[in-house]
Amino acid sequence: MAQIEEGHHKQEIKTAKTAVFLALFVALMVGMAYAAVPLYEAFCQVTGFGGTTQRADTGSDIILARTVRVQFDANVADDLPWDFKPVQREVEVKIGESQLIFYNATNFANKDIKGSAIFNVSPASAGAYFNKIECFCFTEQMLNAHQTVDMPVEFFIDPDYATDPDLEHVNIITLSYTFYPVED
Amino acid sequence: MATDTAHDDHAHHTPTGWRRWLLSTNHKDIGTLYLVFAIFAGFVGGAVSMGMRIELAEPGMQFFPWIAEYIAGADDPVNAGKHLFNVFTTAHGLIMVFFMVMPALIGGFGNWFVPLMIGAPDMAFPRMNNISFWMVPPAMLLLVISMFMDGPSGFTGTGGGWTIYPPLSTSGQPGPAMDFAIFALHMAGAASILGAINIITTIFNMRAPGMTIHKMPLFVWSMLVTAFLLLLSMPVLAGAITMLLTDRNFGTAFFDPSGGGDPILFQHLFWFFGHPEVYIMILPAFGIVSQVVATFSKKAVFGYMAMAYAMSAIGFVGFVVWAHHMYTVGMDVDTQAYFVFATMVIAVPTGVKIFSWIATMWGGSVEFKVPMLWAVGFIFVFTVGGVTGVVLANAAADRIMHDTYYVVAHFHYVLSLGAVFGIFCGWYYWFPKMSGYMYSEAIGRIHFIVTMIGVNLLFFPQHFLGLAGMPRRYVDYPDVYAGWNMVSSIGAYISYGAALIFIFGVWKAFRDKVPAGNNPWGEYADTLEWTLSSPPPFHQFSTLPKIK
Repeated sequence: MAQIEEGHHKQEIKTAKTAVFLALFVALMVGMAYAAVPLYEAFCQVTGFGGTTQRADTGSDIILARTVRVQFDANVADDLPWDFKPVQREVEVKIGESQLIFYNATNFANKDIKGSAIFNVSPASAGAYFNKIECFCFTEQMLNAHQTVDMPVEFFIDPDYATDPDLEHVNIITLSYTFYPVED
Repeated sequence: MATDTAHDDHAHHTPTGWRRWLLSTNHKDIGTLYLVFAIFAGFVGGAVSMGMRIELAEPGMQFFPWIAEYIAGADDPVNAGKHLFNVFTTAHGLIMVFFMVMPALIGGFGNWFVPLMIGAPDMAFPRMNNISFWMVPPAMLLLVISMFMDGPSGFTGTGGGWTIYPPLSTSGQPGPAMDFAIFALHMAGAASILGAINIITTIFNMRAPGMTIHKMPLFVWSMLVTAFLLLLSMPVLAGAITMLLTDRNFGTAFFDPSGGGDPILFQHLFWFFGHPEVYIMILPAFGIVSQVVATFSKKAVFGYMAMAYAMSAIGFVGFVVWAHHMYTVGMDVDTQAYFVFATMVIAVPTGVKIFSWIATMWGGSVEFKVPMLWAVGFIFVFTVGGVTGVVLANAAADRIMHDTYYVVAHFHYVLSLGAVFGIFCGWYYWFPKMSGYMYSEAIGRIHFIVTMIGVNLLFFPQHFLGLAGMPRRYVDYPDVYAGWNMVSSIGAYISYGAALIFIFGVWKAFRDKVPAGNNPWGEYADTLEWTLSSPPPFHQFSTLPKIK
């Protein structure tokens, strides 16, 4: 009888161990779901996934003969009373060449409003090669009531663009921004 | 033996009345509760889909504006009707997945037959088993309540679809309706996770002496793989919908671009859960069909080891194919190529299973009793759905068919028909064991034939509609799609009628009380549950069986 009792006890410990292990596993998977948020962001920034553009401190030393047309797109969220448009529709740049362009924004409202812009490029596969040296999207922008400003973007296209087989026939890139209001 | 000791005396007491069910810790009673609940939920989810098919039988808006005006009392019946259609689509998907298929296959048959088949007295954690079940009806109640809560302005209920993609499920569905639906998913998900822990622990620790992993019946194998899939995928859904909840109510921006989030991330998280989820719904059916095909072919199942490891392989590969649901979100060509390849790889272990079932029948003394009819029907409809799945796996083809009725036809062939045929297969196979009564063979056959005609009439034309470009999730369509939609709706009415035949057969079996005997299927029904009485005693295997 005592032996059976002992066997029963051992069995209980064994099942409890299995259950605890499985429960930890569940906790781990919930953690993984949350870990996916920063990991996904880092993944997009590193690989240019989804057309995420890159940041560079200086321009490129190598400039190729091949040119690419870069077109500009501007959008404003419904609840932001701004006018926002590119100053030039498009530019033609040599690959590797640094280029300065401007967007123009006007605040219609009678009060000062802060906005911030999100961005990407199309096609998405060009994101990894699209380097911004200077951009209004790096920081939040404050526009006083009825103020109009020109906002600069300085960028270049990485020379490795020319060696990516996916981009062999891609000669037009669209850079797109959407401004959202920032609540304080 | 252990139950003979003094301190376990209470285990011999058989509770009665409501205590037996509400406070149940008995795996068979809990399994019965799950099955009854699943049948109820199946009728609710089925009635909801009947509403959709009545609306879609003819072009134009007829049924939902009527409901909105006369039952819900909406001021703007046409627009309220459009929203109501979306609410019905959402409710149909969630009810069928979480409250019909999963409770029937995992909670119902899993609870009933995993312990019986491995020679265990009960599940490892009987009290946890109780809470797993009793979380499910409140979860469904939350979902039903959600249909009556405020949704988008002026309407009630949430119309975000079962996939609840943001931004439609965040900024597109204000009001508490969506929050209630999210809570329903939280609760159903927690119940499934507890159930999965219970199943794995039981299978790992409570097998009778001699029942090695490689001697377990294939149904037990299927439940083991299913439980692992639940354990890996459900927490990810829980995390994703919690993020959705905080995005909606607490100002976080996990999926909101204006705050630096990305709605596509939700799709990744959802389908990391969602794809394994479709295997969670079909693997137990694989297990049931394996048992039934072997029993009624009077042979051992062909390729036992290959069958067991094919299920494991399907479960494993099922975790690395999720983005084939998202070919249109703008992934680069190489990523798509990978997901196309990985998805098609799944056809290999699935083919192993299909061919092994056929090989089991080959040269066997096949007897087409009702469970076998459902098993063969399962193999047919699952293969049709599998073939369209391979078509859809191609990213290039999917661009044309994405979100059309072709996809609807595909996943209803594997789930609505596959999983449901698996459920009926198990029901007709094990009903004599569970109840102790034999059902009417004739009614079982009629049920099968009417269902087979109904569901094929219902879903096969949807392939044509999808190829012709009819998008899913719309309340109305151009006149050009009228013909096949009418055929499809007639098929739906026949299918629902078939479900009523099923209920009649169950009622008749309980009225006639024809004793089934311990083993009505003969010597090839050789798993342990057939060694017990029908119905089995309240507690079984107090002396553990020895497996040779």
